[in-house]
Amino acid sequence: MSAILLIEQVLNGLQFGVMLFLMAAGLTLVFGVMGLINLAHGSLYMVGAFAAAAVAGATGSFVLGLAAALAAAAAAGALIEVTIIRRLYARDHLDQVLATFALILIFSEGTRWIFGSFPLFLEVPAALSGPVTLPFGIEYPAYRLAIIGIGLAIAAALFWLIAKTRIGVQIRAGEADREMIAALGVDIDRLYTLVFALGAALAGLAGALVGALQSVQVGMGEPVLILAFVVIVIGGIGSIKGAFVGALLLGLTDTLGRTLLPVAFGTVLEPSMATAVGSALASMAIYILMAGVLIFRPSGLFGQS
Amino acid sequence: MKLKTTLMAALLAATTAGAGWADPVKVGMITTLSGGGAGLGIDVRDGFMLAVKQAGNPDLEVVIEDDQRKPDIAVQLADKMIQSEKVDVLTGIIFSNLAMAVIPAATAQGKFYLSPNAGPSALAGRGCHPNYFNVAWQNDNLHEAAGAYANEAGFKNTYILAPNYPAGQDALTGYKRFYEGALAGEFYTKLGQTDYAAEIAQIRASGADSVFFFLPGGMGISFLKQYAASGVDLPVVGPAFSFDQGILQAVGEAALGVKNTSQWNKDLDNPANVAFVESFQAEYGRLPSLYASQGFDTANLLLSAMAKADVSDTEAFRAALKEADFASTRGDFRFGPNNHPIQDIYVREVIQEGDVFTNKTLGVALEDRGDAYADECRM
Repeated sequence: MSAILLIEQVLNGLQFGVMLFLMAAGLTLVFGVMGLINLAHGSLYMVGAFAAAAVAGATGSFVLGLAAALAAAAAAGALIEVTIIRRLYARDHLDQVLATFALILIFSEGTRWIFGSFPLFLEVPAALSGPVTLPFGIEYPAYRLAIIGIGLAIAAALFWLIAKTRIGVQIRAGEADREMIAALGVDIDRLYTLVFALGAALAGLAGALVGALQSVQVGMGEPVLILAFVVIVIGGIGSIKGAFVGALLLGLTDTLGRTLLPVAFGTVLEPSMATAVGSALASMAIYILMAGVLIFRPSGLFGQS
Repeated sequence: MKLKTTLMAALLAATTAGAGWADPVKVGMITTLSGGGAGLGIDVRDGFMLAVKQAGNPDLEVVIEDDQRKPDIAVQLADKMIQSEKVDVLTGIIFSNLAMAVIPAATAQGKFYLSPNAGPSALAGRGCHPNYFNVAWQNDNLHEAAGAYANEAGFKNTYILAPNYPAGQDALTGYKRFYEGALAGEFYTKLGQTDYAAEIAQIRASGADSVFFFLPGGMGISFLKQYAASGVDLPVVGPAFSFDQGILQAVGEAALGVKNTSQWNKDLDNPANVAFVESFQAEYGRLPSLYASQGFDTANLLLSAMAKADVSDTEAFRAALKEADFASTRGDFRFGPNNHPIQDIYVREVIQEGDVFTNKTLGVALEDRGDAYADECRM
C-alpha cells in the first residue's frame, strides 16, 4: 500500500470521525445533562437529511438546505422534548428506551407518509463537487474536505460554548447537580429544551451533510445511531471531549481496518481467503476497539467513574 | 340436526354452482411495505394489483400483509395466511433471507409459491420444489449477464465489490462465471455500509480498467454518488437493482451512462409491455420499475393458470403454471426444469429524458439464459 493511499484513507477516517462526532455530541449532551437515553436521536438525523433534500430540491440552494436541516431538526427536537421527552426524565432508562423507540417508528412512518417510500435526492453543491489536489499529488473529494472543516469548526465552537459561556456553565452545573442549579434560579425546563434542541440540530446537520454523499431515505438514522452509542461508550458518557476523541478513534479504526486488514491477511493467506477474513474482521474492528477500551477503562476514556 | 346439515350442504352446493365451476383462488401476498426496502415491495404490489384489476376476475382474492423486511414476521404472516386465511397461493417476498424462511415450509404444506423477486440458489438447485415457481430470475442471473457484457465491452481488469452476505457472494460468483479477464481486486463491504471512501481510494490505486458492483438499495446510491465525486472515471457495470426507476432519481447525474443488466426495461417493444407501461403510469402516476414488471408478470402467470385449471386440482394447476402461457412484459419467457425462468437478459444504459433519469435498452447480454443450478434440481 502506497503512502498516498494511506494518507487518503486517514483523511477518510477523519471525515467519518467528525461526522460521528456531530451525532455523538448531541447524544452525550442529552445523556450527560438530563440522564436520558434517546434512541430517537437517529430520527433527528433523518429529519435533517429530508429537510435539506426537500428545501435544496425546491430552491436549488444547498446552503438553504443546510439551514432548513438545522431549523427542522432543532424544531423537531424542541417539540418532542416539550411534548414527550420531558415526561421521561424522572422515569427509569427502560421506560425511556421504550418511549424513544416508539418515537423512531413514528418519525419513520411520518417521514414516509410525507415524502413517500423512495429515496430522495440531495446533491453535493456544485462548487464542492469535484476532487481537489492536495500536496504530494493526493486527489481528494472537495466535499469531504469541507465536511472535515465544518466538523472541526463545530467541535471548536462546542468546546467554547461549554467552557466559556454562561449557558455552558449551566449545562455543566446541571450535569453535576440538577437540584442545585434549579435552586440557583436557572429555568431548568428551558435549559433542557435548549440542550435537546442543540443536540437535535447537530444531528440534523450531520444528516444533511451526509445526505449529499449517501442516500436520503427512511431509516437512514439507525445504523449511525448504533455507531454514535459506541462512540460515547468509548469516550465516556457525558463527556464532549470523550465524544470527540472517541469519534475520531472509531472513524480511523473503521476506515483503516477496512483497508489494511485485507492487505495484512493477504501477506499470509491466498487473496480470496484474505479478503473474506479481512472483511469479516474489519466489520468487527470497532466493537473490538470498544471491548478493549472497556477492559482498561470501564467508564470510557474520559468518563467519570 | 340432520335436516339442518342437509340444508347447509344443499345451500353450499347451490352457491358454489352459482359462482361457476372453478374454485376461487385466494392469494396471500407477503411483501415489504415499510422500513428500508419498502419501495421494492410497493412496486411489486402495485404491479400485481394492476394485473388483477385489469383481469377483473371475481374468482381471485388477494390478501396483502407487510413483512417489514423481518424474517420472523414473514414466517408468522405465512402461518396465519395458510392456517386461518386458507390461502392457495403465496407470493410477494422481496428479500432472499425472508424467502428462505417462508418458501420451503409453505411448499411443504402443499401451497403454491410464486416468487416475484427473490431467487436464492438454494431453491433453484437441490432445494427446488414442484410448487415453487420463480417469475423474476435466479439471483445470479443479472450478475452473470454483467460478466458477459464486460467481455463484450473489452474489460480486462475489473475491480469487483459486493456486501459480505450470501447474495453478495452469489453476485461476485455470478459475475466471475462469465467474465474472462483478470481481477484488479475483489472486495466485500459491510452489509448496510453507506460510506465507500475507503473502497473508492482502493479502486483508484488498483489499476483497474472497470468496476463491477452489486450494492442493493441505499448502499448503491451512496456508492455511486461518492464515486462520481471522487474523480475516478472508470466505466461501471452493475445489475439493474442499483439503477432501477425507484432509486435513479436519488442517484441523479452520477448514474448517467452506467451500463446495467436487466431482464426487463420500459422500452422493450412488445405489446404486453407497451400496454403495461402505459397503464401503470396512468394508474399510479409514475414510471414502472423492474419490480413492478415482475409483480405484473406474476399476477398474469397466476391468471393464465386459473383459466386452465382448478386450484384444488394440484397436478393440473401446477402443469398450467409450468406452461407459463401468458404475455410477459419482458418478451419471451418460459420455465426451465427447476421452475426458474429461461429468458433474455439485456444491457441497459442510464439516460436522462427531460428531468427524469431512466434506462435505455442497448442489446442482449445473455440469450435464453437459464441458471447454473438447474442440473442439481431433482423433481
